[in-house]
Amino acid sequence: MKKIATGNKAVAEAVKQAGPDVVAAYPITPQTEIVEQIAEFVSSGELKSRYIPVESEHSAMAACIGAGITGARTFTATSSHGLLYMHEMTNWAAGARLPVVMATVNRSLGPGWNIWAEHTDALQERDTGWLQVYVSTVQEAYDATLMAFRIAEHNDVLLPVMVNLDGFLLSHIMQPLDTVEPGDFVPPLNLPHAIDTKNPAGYGGLTGPDQQFLIRWDIERSMRDSAKVIEETEREFARRFGRKYGFTEDYRCEDAEVIVVAMGTLGKEAEVAIDLLRKEGIRAGSMRLRWLRPFPKLELKGKEVVVIDRDYSFGRGGILATEIMAQTKEELFSVIAGIGGQEVTYENIADFVRNRRRGTEFWFGVNTYV
Amino acid sequence: MFEIRIHSRGGQGGVTAARLLALAAILDGKYATAAPFYGAERRGAPIVSFVRLDDKPIRVYSQIKRPDMVIVLDASVMDVVDVLQGLKSGGKILVNSQQKKEFSGYISSNVDLTGIALKENLVVSGSPILNTPVIGALAKMGIVSVDSAKKAIREMFTDERNVKAAEAAYREITA
Repeated sequence: MKKIATGNKAVAEAVKQAGPDVVAAYPITPQTEIVEQIAEFVSSGELKSRYIPVESEHSAMAACIGAGITGARTFTATSSHGLLYMHEMTNWAAGARLPVVMATVNRSLGPGWNIWAEHTDALQERDTGWLQVYVSTVQEAYDATLMAFRIAEHNDVLLPVMVNLDGFLLSHIMQPLDTVEPGDFVPPLNLPHAIDTKNPAGYGGLTGPDQQFLIRWDIERSMRDSAKVIEETEREFARRFGRKYGFTEDYRCEDAEVIVVAMGTLGKEAEVAIDLLRKEGIRAGSMRLRWLRPFPKLELKGKEVVVIDRDYSFGRGGILATEIMAQTKEELFSVIAGIGGQEVTYENIADFVRNRRRGTEFWFGVNTYV
Repeated sequence: MFEIRIHSRGGQGGVTAARLLALAAILDGKYATAAPFYGAERRGAPIVSFVRLDDKPIRVYSQIKRPDMVIVLDASVMDVVDVLQGLKSGGKILVNSQQKKEFSGYISSNVDLTGIALKENLVVSGSPILNTPVIGALAKMGIVSVDSAKKAIREMFTDERNVKAAEAAYREITA
């Protein structure tokens, strides 16, 4: 039977199939449907997990850390302020080398009181040591969540993975979903530094100036190694289940003179804008960035680049634009659009390209084209 | 791509209607996206939801501005909302009503979904269920196949009265 599912339900389906030992859950819009659906799976016996309804997001991540250090597979989900509240513990999960998988349903930060899509929440986690992938369809939300467990738990990685989906635009819309029988695609977790609960012992965690940098370097070493694991996992997923993914999803880029870079649903909608522009004789392409961490080397040499950020770093610029500027000499046209769920259509995206001006920043809805 | 906007009031099942329609289209072998517009909606307030149907994967996530079809599950919404806004010239409009209303420049149909739901005793918390019968009317209009319409309803609802209501709407729709 063909299925139809929301982005949230697709994530929950993938979690059910990956079979975490522990799910720690605290609700927040627009993520709540994920942990509700998992609760139903646990309640019906379809998923044999210990489900811990915690009292906050900080506790949700702490519970994943506590369970994770015994070698348990763990999952949680959050959004926006929930993620911010978790921030101390997200750092700890990565530093303790625990392969927690978390879905972040991207939502704006208050004030104002806004529940709609924005990427600033997850981007404030970019320096924590988490791998981050951004998806654009219900199917991809499912596929990426399933792959996240295999990537996080690979012994060359052992870092947590965050799967990001746009609040409402993807979390609450319904699209076709093909589920798979994962079989041994997600092998059992073997955490080499798991504590032995049968032989309790006390450890002093104080780490001196002669050691701390080695722990941090080891995170970076694994982050670099994770690129190979991601490639291998996505290749194996394609071999088994027929759907292909990469660090970016490139659309009509080969002969393009100008490339639109964006993440999430905006990156997918950009493809429709590219078709419009091509009809006008503008050689445009789009590059949807999927993996933000580890950040891939983008093929942008000699191209004009329009970057759309659904996020902002005050006093600096669009976060994605800033990341790309760090690896290219090309001057970008940086567009800030979609903040707090601001409506952005493919026609708007085509306008960004038509009106691009290298080396400038354009706030959609604030600035006018010159 | 065929784009549909559904007007209803919070609690009447407009979002579920969108979902049923998308599922039926998928069962027909098409691609579909059903998207509620989430705002500060509450029970009784006018709301819209969107359905896109296509033979190719759908890459558009922004709201539908120029629909090919408008469905009005609650005719009283028309007093406060311009349901024709953006509707393509020659586009279809289906209204839940006993009486046919003509809209100049559009193809209008009507069916008494409320009456059908009451006749089948399809009432939840005092509200007649409109989202399963409307799929029957849409099957008659050729938007989805009859088989897929029934399959979609049975996939989401166990009560066979939903299918009977859809069959009634299939028979009773006035083009």
